[in-house]
Amino acid sequence: MFLEREITALNKNIIVKLKDLFVVYNEDIILDNISLDINDKNFVTLLGPSGCGKTTTLRIIGGFMTPNRGQVFFDNKDITNVPAYKRHINTVFQRYALFPNLNVFENIAFGLKIKKLSNKEINNRVFSMLEMVNLKGFANRDINQLSGGQQQRVAIARALVNHPKVLLLDEPLGALDLKLRKEMQIELKKIQQSLEITFVYVTHDQEEALTMSDCVIVMKDGSIQQIGSPTDIYNEPKNAFVADFIGESNILDGVMYEDFLVEFLGNEFECVDKGFDHNEQVDVVIRPEDIKIIDSEKAKISGIVESVVFKGVHYEMIIDSCGYKWMVHSTLCEEPGTLVGMDIKPIDIHIMKKSG
Amino acid sequence: MKTRYKFLAWPYIIWLLIFIIGPLCLIVYFGLTNEEKKFTIENLSIVGQYTSVLWRSIWIAMISTIITLIISYPLAFILSRKKAKIQSFLMMLFILPMWINFLLRTYGWMTLLENNGIINKIFGLFGFGPFQLINNKFAVIIGMIYNYLPFMILPLHSTMIKIDQTIIEAAQDLGAGTWRIFTKIVLPISIPGINTGITMVFVPAVSTFIISKMLGGGSNFLIGDLIELQFLGNTYNPHLGSAIALVLMTIILMCMSLLNQFDTEGKEDMLL
Repeated sequence: MFLEREITALNKNIIVKLKDLFVVYNEDIILDNISLDINDKNFVTLLGPSGCGKTTTLRIIGGFMTPNRGQVFFDNKDITNVPAYKRHINTVFQRYALFPNLNVFENIAFGLKIKKLSNKEINNRVFSMLEMVNLKGFANRDINQLSGGQQQRVAIARALVNHPKVLLLDEPLGALDLKLRKEMQIELKKIQQSLEITFVYVTHDQEEALTMSDCVIVMKDGSIQQIGSPTDIYNEPKNAFVADFIGESNILDGVMYEDFLVEFLGNEFECVDKGFDHNEQVDVVIRPEDIKIIDSEKAKISGIVESVVFKGVHYEMIIDSCGYKWMVHSTLCEEPGTLVGMDIKPIDIHIMKKSG
Repeated sequence: MKTRYKFLAWPYIIWLLIFIIGPLCLIVYFGLTNEEKKFTIENLSIVGQYTSVLWRSIWIAMISTIITLIISYPLAFILSRKKAKIQSFLMMLFILPMWINFLLRTYGWMTLLENNGIINKIFGLFGFGPFQLINNKFAVIIGMIYNYLPFMILPLHSTMIKIDQTIIEAAQDLGAGTWRIFTKIVLPISIPGINTGITMVFVPAVSTFIISKMLGGGSNFLIGDLIELQFLGNTYNPHLGSAIALVLMTIILMCMSLLNQFDTEGKEDMLL
């Protein structure tokens, strides 16, 4: 509940508001009372593992599904029962869903023809859109003559040409190779900023979410885990799930002795968190890049290097300490089998309430 | 690689020669000769006497094909939107009657439509009828629709399962209502299926002789019956029979090319 209050406090200009969305399918709870405000002109990402309900949420906003309970507001109007074709929202589908019987131009012009715009206006809009997505000269191409990346661009142009207030994107880059995906990420962000349209983006790729978003909503099992800016989500994860899902983390069982003092792996550590019960069981989350390799004699915890993998920018080491296998990112390379010490700054020890 | 396996095509080529090209040549030969084995177009000119039979055949086959299409199209579409398991089960139900002999199926309709048949008996319970349901065009058309329905549903269904649900959602997303989705997306994509379906129903319907014989009575003599009469009847005349078959073939070919014309025109129209 406190998540909700936190977001409404920002209350800039809410374009889409979800209230207590609840969806059951075959006795499985898909969405468990999702409430969410999406600010105008923001790039908002729904992030979570498959089956967390992110696509369902998007489909409800798009009008392809009605929730069992709950409401959807668009510009302060209840649109829960408004069919998809009457909503001022457009969607870029996961597998593009281009019309195979129409060429590139006709695909993009489809929505404009329905709006009965003049031919001149349609031409202008379609061609400027083609230019924006770098498909100049492709107007008369057949859809199946295009590569995946080009089809993706057509799908984006087809949605954006209608000047929607909100654009929904359902894992649109999922089918592209890594290099193309990175390029498209930057392009999408650019488009979003230049057109000042609200983007609601669904992905399971945390890196994608962090790169593009103004606001990330982390979901799991049909409920929202955390809402915040990419930096917030990465640096201040609310619970162990978020910490683990966003980037890699070492998650240990700990006991909170008192404010600013936590115990794990048999050692007491200073930390910066407070407000827990005396001797409360907690999750201790430590990022692999926040662990410094030092001389084992000077360290509180030490362990034996099990494996080293070169990752380009850093080495990824697995270090076994008292049976817990730490993941450590370091620019130093230690041979497997050597005994090393690990140093962690109090600020890098994140204490989280046990979730469930 | 390419040439090494060419010999594998020979059985097919031999089959083609013996069972398709050969008989076709025989039909042409018989159709254009008389009993003295002399070339003549007399047979063809005799076919002219049967224009009314020809027209009736084409007319009945056309009506049957159109009704079959009207019944099958929404059915195939609804079917294609179901889950795969339900689809294959329902599909089997539609094909199931085809496992029963064609003659038996048509006999079945006779007992249903007879003056003291099941349908008239049911009407009788409510004090109606009996109606004349058999031995007329109506009965022939029903027989054709019933027998050829699966041949329409199958090709329609197989083109429609290719229309992904997200394509329909995308059209909705862009503001298209039901009618527009049908005319701009579903119909154009399913045209190849419609063409195949029409061909597969119209061709056997125009040349059938069993259905008209059993359900049509004497007055609904079709071109198929006429051909049958030349070969199996008392008037044994393979030359005239072949000539009629030739004319029928020409008419079917013309109809099909007309249909294809329509198809390509449709495509061009879409590209505009």
